Amino acid sequence: MDGSKLAEYWQKNLALIRNLLVVWAVVAYGLGILLAPALNGIRLFGGPPLGFWIAQQGAIWVFVVLIFIYATRMQALDREYGVED
Amino acid sequence: MSVEAWTWTIVILSFALYLGIGYWARVRETAGFYVAGRGVPPVANGAATAADWMSGASFISMAGLIAFLGYDGAVYLMGWTGGYVLLALLLAPYLRKYGKYTVPEFVGDRYYSNLARVVAVISALFVSFVYMVPQLRGVGIVLSRYLGVDVATGVWAAVLVTAFIAVIGGMKGITWTQVAQYTVLISAYLIMGIALSNLLTGNLIPQLSFTFSDFAVRLSQLQVELGFKEYVAPFQNLSALNVFLITLTLMVGTAGLPHVIIRFYTVPRASDARWSAGWALLFIGLLYTTAPAVAVFSKYNLLSTLANKPLEEVRQIDWVAKWEKTGLLKLEDKNGDGILQMSGNREVNEVTIDRDIIVLSTPEVAKLAPFIVGLVAAGGLAAALSTAAGLLIVMSSAISHDLYTRMINPNASEATKLTIARVVIALVVILAAPFGINPPAFIAQLVAFAFGLAASTFFPAILLGIFDRRMNMQGAVAGMIVGLVFTASYIVGTKYLGWPNFVFGITAEGIGAIGMLLNFLVAYLVSRATQAPPQEIQKLVDEIRVPKGSGAALEH
Repeated sequence: MDGSKLAEYWQKNLALIRNLLVVWAVVAYGLGILLAPALNGIRLFGGPPLGFWIAQQGAIWVFVVLIFIYATRMQALDREYGVED
Repeated sequence: MSVEAWTWTIVILSFALYLGIGYWARVRETAGFYVAGRGVPPVANGAATAADWMSGASFISMAGLIAFLGYDGAVYLMGWTGGYVLLALLLAPYLRKYGKYTVPEFVGDRYYSNLARVVAVISALFVSFVYMVPQLRGVGIVLSRYLGVDVATGVWAAVLVTAFIAVIGGMKGITWTQVAQYTVLISAYLIMGIALSNLLTGNLIPQLSFTFSDFAVRLSQLQVELGFKEYVAPFQNLSALNVFLITLTLMVGTAGLPHVIIRFYTVPRASDARWSAGWALLFIGLLYTTAPAVAVFSKYNLLSTLANKPLEEVRQIDWVAKWEKTGLLKLEDKNGDGILQMSGNREVNEVTIDRDIIVLSTPEVAKLAPFIVGLVAAGGLAAALSTAAGLLIVMSSAISHDLYTRMINPNASEATKLTIARVVIALVVILAAPFGINPPAFIAQLVAFAFGLAASTFFPAILLGIFDRRMNMQGAVAGMIVGLVFTASYIVGTKYLGWPNFVFGITAEGIGAIGMLLNFLVAYLVSRATQAPPQEIQKLVDEIRVPKGSGAALEH
């Protein structure tokens, strides 16, 4: 594969990583920690306060989903650029 | 059959299963020994990674720890799961593409420096040894609590089983036993979680009852009435800054722990490493999302069973009597009124609960069949044994592969390399067992070190090695040394030398994140002030960035 195609593939990979890590950081550190005291004022479905729930339950499921999104998107990207293994 | 007979039966059967798998998976070549011949399917590797990752402490102590920390327990829940996102996006596929055997090997090759290699070897050995000791201790404790075996015998039994599998089967044997161990530990944990959830809420799925019932709020109110801190309110035990930084240190440290990283060397292709990380976190998440539910239900149940109840009536309950005998539960009627008062004030509090009891007492509290108690014991053992095995391979390969084969005798024959790898395993377990039987008090605190060190040395060095083509030996080595020295001295100083937490009140557990930032900063500045890495290294970086050709590395 030539250099410019490789650079393009890499830029797309970096953009995807950046987007997913923004979600990762916002959920864990934004909603789960910094905004947790404020979000604790909200209770959905009569369950636990939202900030507490995100920190102890929701964030973990988001992490799992983020990895599967990355694996799926990268598989398509690998194929598009002919670099699949 | 009695509880004890069931426990013996299940524990012995599970050990026999692990030994059988270990024997079936025996290997004769180094690729099999170090990376399971790179033939592990992604889902199986996910299960093995989950077992590798979840230690005896995750299984036995974590729910209890959360029950006593309330919201702040999130540092462990998010900290020990969020790192897999970093691993999947930033490290695992590229390291798999590089296709060698160990973590120090990547660091040494990428930075064309034996100094970098040696720093990485020493960190890998230190981190893994520190992590190994509590695993062995955990096995000893489970065997002594459930079966009355003395701790020393328990530890030696565990060491022999693990060493046998690791010596004859290497990474291949360990991988497939870890798959079995994951099955045992997750079944035990989920059965407990389901039974407890069903008992208190009538809902079978602990994650759902945690989400849709108001038990967390009721527990919170009950705690306030008794004079304890609010359960669901953030930052009751740790400051917001510490919650933030401890979570970050644990996440980054997880991604940088060698025994976790090398699991991703065993899958057939680089793209499999991404999927496998997803499976691993899904399997880990099953336990990590059950734990906070177990914490809430079990603590609510304990408080409401014991608080302000007549002492004599409480002692009639089977599990109370049993756990009082072990000393994990202490009931003392200090004011002599015959009623148990619970309070946040130590002076008048009459009930002392060891946090491990949250998980250990669950089978009896939830009135589960006797064989479930045995399964829980086997689950705790599986969690500890599987982690110990993964650590053994890291230590063995750091010495036999990175030090001996790569630096001392590159022309060693396959047979010699394998023999050395096996002998090192035997030596490590003989060295580690006494620490496990009688751990010095400082060892428990050293676990903070493992994460801090992995966060401040391995993670930045590997990340920059992949994402910054311009990063050179000088930058990486300077960064690792600064990160290591800063983090290590802060932990030693604040834990043992009585220093105050002088950096913004950050505790030793959270300082690794600052060490990591320093590492990045120093590495960047030094690398830009010195010459670029050689052409072939820059080419190597380009190569590991694309998955194509990772299958070829099988012939390595």
